[in-house]
Amino acid sequence: MTARAARTLSLLLLALPLAGCAVQGVQSSLQAAADQSRAIDQVWTLMLWVCSAIYVAVIAALAWAIWRRRRAVQREGRTRDPLLARALAAWVVLVVGLLSWFVAASFLADRRLHAGHADLEIRVTAKQWWWQVEYLSPQPDQQFSTANELRLPRDQTARIELLSGDVIHSFWVPALSGKEDLIPGYSNAVLLTPRRAGRYRGQCAEFCGLQHAQMALDVEVLDAAGFAAWRARQLAPAPAPSDAHALRGAQLFLGSACASCHAVRGTSAASRLGPDLTHLASRRALAAGALPMRREALRAWLADPQHAKPGNQMPQVPLDPRDRELLLDYLMGLR
Amino acid sequence: MNAAQREQLQRSWADRPGLVGWLTTVDHKRVARRYIVTAFVFFLMAGVLALLMRAQLAYPNLRLIGPDRYNQMFSLHGSAMMFLFAVPIMEAVAVYLVPLMLGTRNIAFPRLNAFSYWVYLFGGIMIFAAFVLDVGPEAGWTGYVPLSSSDFSPGKRTDFWAQMITFTEVAGLCVAVELVATIMTQRAPGMTLARMPLFVWSMLVTSLMVIFAMPSVMLASTFLITDRLVGTQFYNAAEGGDPLLWQHLFWFFGHPEVYIIFMPALGMISSIVETFARRPIFGYTPMVLALVATGFLAFGLWVHHMFAAGLPPLGNSFYTAASMLIAVPSGIQIFCWIATLATGRPRLAVPLLFVLGFFALFVLGGLSGVMLASVPLDLQVHDTYFVVAHFHYVLIGGALFPLLGAVYFWFPKIAGRLLSERLGRWQFWLLFAGFNLTFFPMHYLGLLGMPRRVYTYPHGLGWDAYNLMSSVGAYVIALSFVLMLVNIVRTLRRGDAAPDDPWQAPDLSCATASPPPAYNFAAVPAVSSRHPLWADADATPCAELPVLAGVRSDRREVLLTTPVDAAPANRWAMPDPSPWPLWSALALTVVFVWSIFDQWGVVWGAIPVAVAMTAWFWPKRSEPSLGGDA
Repeated sequence: MTARAARTLSLLLLALPLAGCAVQGVQSSLQAAADQSRAIDQVWTLMLWVCSAIYVAVIAALAWAIWRRRRAVQREGRTRDPLLARALAAWVVLVVGLLSWFVAASFLADRRLHAGHADLEIRVTAKQWWWQVEYLSPQPDQQFSTANELRLPRDQTARIELLSGDVIHSFWVPALSGKEDLIPGYSNAVLLTPRRAGRYRGQCAEFCGLQHAQMALDVEVLDAAGFAAWRARQLAPAPAPSDAHALRGAQLFLGSACASCHAVRGTSAASRLGPDLTHLASRRALAAGALPMRREALRAWLADPQHAKPGNQMPQVPLDPRDRELLLDYLMGLR
Repeated sequence: MNAAQREQLQRSWADRPGLVGWLTTVDHKRVARRYIVTAFVFFLMAGVLALLMRAQLAYPNLRLIGPDRYNQMFSLHGSAMMFLFAVPIMEAVAVYLVPLMLGTRNIAFPRLNAFSYWVYLFGGIMIFAAFVLDVGPEAGWTGYVPLSSSDFSPGKRTDFWAQMITFTEVAGLCVAVELVATIMTQRAPGMTLARMPLFVWSMLVTSLMVIFAMPSVMLASTFLITDRLVGTQFYNAAEGGDPLLWQHLFWFFGHPEVYIIFMPALGMISSIVETFARRPIFGYTPMVLALVATGFLAFGLWVHHMFAAGLPPLGNSFYTAASMLIAVPSGIQIFCWIATLATGRPRLAVPLLFVLGFFALFVLGGLSGVMLASVPLDLQVHDTYFVVAHFHYVLIGGALFPLLGAVYFWFPKIAGRLLSERLGRWQFWLLFAGFNLTFFPMHYLGLLGMPRRVYTYPHGLGWDAYNLMSSVGAYVIALSFVLMLVNIVRTLRRGDAAPDDPWQAPDLSCATASPPPAYNFAAVPAVSSRHPLWADADATPCAELPVLAGVRSDRREVLLTTPVDAAPANRWAMPDPSPWPLWSALALTVVFVWSIFDQWGVVWGAIPVAVAMTAWFWPKRSEPSLGGDA
């Protein structure tokens, strides 16, 4: 029965890479879309097949050991031990050889993760429980800041500097590369060279407290033109309120608790405690992926920030429902 | 040995009757039995936590358990499984078996042994009581700073965790010291190092590892507690401390820890394979060398838990090579067991079935461990469900399956009754199926990007079906343990009585009654081969076991032998039962708990500890001096 179980197991193991094609996971390491993740994927493929072969061989040997036909004289005792000793030596040589192959493959792949010239510098600072994303530039007027979203140009290498604002987090976009921790007092970095345009998802991978589960990063890889256009839009200050409702909403925003934590470029709100909201409505999600970017979701979020993401640091700001609608008018115009 | 002498032995070694005897016993078998039962109770409690967590994760966006409680649950699940179940249960089995396998009458430092049990019991109760009172750990069983610092984990939760972990480690250290001393000085005459059963070898290496690894975690948690309680800044980057210091100290302990859990299991497997293959283990010497090599290598791997921390790449690659190297001794042992089975005459009883399950699961977990040793691959799957799958395959497959095999194997020796083979087979297959249903899909979840330690997850990432499978599997595992409990309760009520040597095992533990009398052996057995109960390599039972006369039976006397050759060297009068280990443990518990709330607790609490320990070590006027006077 063990042999049957082993067979099923090994079949399952071999079926995995095939099954991987069926799921279009935006957060899957099996859908490698960058140089770095592809280098890792090659190591994975190598190890999966070699390890599967070893597994099948060991289980087959075990099954043979248990169920092999024994000679009429039931007692072989230790007569075969010298032969077995030679087989053991051969086994050790085989294992050491395979492991050396793995070590070499890992070392070479690891070098590829660190090789490359950065075309673009981005600083990501992780905080409980959101991502502050700053696009850096030698010219101060070419810098801008956003939150919980990362857009990258295809075929260019971005160097992402990783800092922490509080506890240890881990930056991980499986489709693009492996993870790297963000540690207070340290500055780490990863290189990302995406090769396929599309949307991906990243998520904090080091347990960081209450809302570790809802600390997602929305990632999009754009072609060069698309990225340039997005960058130009982000560099612009927030659009002015378009009507009287939104104008009233802006006054509420600046006059209430909102402005003491959030920045909206082009207004007097400049605090960096919470996420930058300059182009809030152009993002695809709220609260680091906890809610979709829609008016009703934003309304619910403002009414009770602790419902969708209990424990997060956004306080409930008392507003009567009419004022909340005005504020929503303003925020939904921040495109 | 005549009946009068046996009666005298019984009088010298018996505990006082009733509750007093229960509280004062220093008999290694009684202490080990309650250790084992306690550890299984903690195991079941930590298992219930796992069931609750799997219920919360069965579907996306469930709100059965909130983030605060969930985080406490997985933190306690990990802490309890590692510190209150896995390490203590292995040590407990050894406390029972090692003196029997060595042919001696009690463990060395028997009062320390009793003390360690009480410390362990009180520490464990405190940890679970804190959880019930909403003061459970919340920063994971790894307790990374700064998440576990007072800025991000205010209140007493982490204090309780850190203090009680340090506390229960004291128990683990005590047992390790006893086992090393017992193995080095109390082996039966003639049992040279090269004739020791492999289980004893594995416990010797494990105990030495405990002695070197535990201080590291005690240091780490003591730094943490002083950072939190008295404002030291060991881990605070802003004040010149370093959060990575915690990780180095923790994993310098944490990685050997998994081998501390796994090594005794290797010894159990060797005992089971040898007995049920009905031939001596093939490759005894390579097996011993593999154990020792694993013990050394285990201390050189810890950085592979920190590949994502941004350490220098060349250093990381060194740890890749070191981590992969540990597959060599594991491979040697796997080979030797299979070779033993192939050239023996295997008998598929339940203990061997669990060992076969071990092969199917541990080899898989070991291979995924080789994958995790690779820096680039680890960067993808580190801290995901792939790792959760990996360590459950190595810990459940590698340690729990052999442990359950050991339970079926040694239960008759300990309880004097034979467990039902039929229920045993049912339990095995349910557990095997449930385990794979629970943990195999987790590999895939990790590759699909699901991080560990999340209390919920969104729909639409391709994770839903695998999570549901996993949750169903967890309840199948639970069912298998219900069967085990049924089996044990039924057997204790009306099981068949076990003979002295229920499985025709080759070691000395089967040279005495089941269960053994208080004095273990009426006469000191003398050993002249690795298999004292087998006459030849075909497992033919010995007609008679040679014994050594001259050890007194009118007092608690054991024979001490030399460390390498086990030549008789001395006779030693073992301590009598005493209530003071219990009082010392209680007083120490008070110190540790008090210190959480007030640092002066350490000062004032030390007074009762000093009193209790003074009473414990107070020399008895009538106690005979060491050496021979006869």
